[in-house]
Amino acid sequence: MIDTHYFYKKMSKGNILLSFKGNIEPKLLSSILDIMEKKLTNINEPSKIKKKIYNVLVECLQNLYHHIGSTSVIDVNQEKLEENEKSAIFMVGKDDDCYKIFTGNQIPTDDVEGLKLKIDKVNTLNKTDLKSYYQDILNNGEMSLKGGGGLGLIDIARKSGNKLNYSFQKLDDEISFFTLEIKISLN
Amino acid sequence: METLRIEGSSKTPDVNFDPEKGVVEIKGRSIPENSIEFYKPLIDWLNEYSEKPQTSTEVNIQLEYFNTSSSKCILDLFKKMEQINEADNSNIKINWYYESDDEDMLEAGEDYDAIIKIPFKMIELEDED
Repeated sequence: MIDTHYFYKKMSKGNILLSFKGNIEPKLLSSILDIMEKKLTNINEPSKIKKKIYNVLVECLQNLYHHIGSTSVIDVNQEKLEENEKSAIFMVGKDDDCYKIFTGNQIPTDDVEGLKLKIDKVNTLNKTDLKSYYQDILNNGEMSLKGGGGLGLIDIARKSGNKLNYSFQKLDDEISFFTLEIKISLN
Repeated sequence: METLRIEGSSKTPDVNFDPEKGVVEIKGRSIPENSIEFYKPLIDWLNEYSEKPQTSTEVNIQLEYFNTSSSKCILDLFKKMEQINEADNSNIKINWYYESDDEDMLEAGEDYDAIIKIPFKMIELEDED
């Protein structure tokens, strides 16, 4: 489980580089990436780490952008969804030995099992296996209209070099809340 | 046929495809939300070039960042080059540039090298820091 309270405390100490809650729109994504890039140039870390953070952030935000408000959401709760479907949260924070990126968004409860399986599979693979898996999906996977064709999570796992932490919180039969925590180690 | 030149932006790379010189260059970052749209003219250009290519073609890829949405499109470019190379229409050389500390970018080049039947030349660039 992800200890959000721990991060809340960290945030109060000023270890959060960026946090955001709201609608994910392309223009906003660009602004966020610009801000983050500027912030990263000012932090005292090797460019290798900065690049990793930026890369993973791009992938996470575009994941959110592509998957939020997907049409598979059932319309029984239309009203509630319209209000929240494009809304997400994310944070970039620094811990003692790593950077962490959190994302949180609503997904259809029906999609929980599939996503869980996908992350669990990625988490069972070591560096070499992740590389082969990535190459396999890159070469043989179907290109979705959204573009990535399922490479996003694999890429995030590869660049992070750590297991992906996640949680699903069922809000009701239709909607669940998905939190993903990505850790980028400093050494 | 005409040279394809696209100036880079904060989300898309500099593109310079020169049919006279037989040089194909992509430099910068490739992180658009919709990469298919961006890469379509590049693929179209290569299709046209494949009909009457130079005897040798040099491909220079120097990316700072690219997203997974672009990775498939970049693979499509390389597959097109592979076809041109295999048809003996042009001897294709691929140079993959990466900054010395950027293992992720080196690995990305190795991913394509593993899939594409043209050997990649990995070229390390001096660290910017």
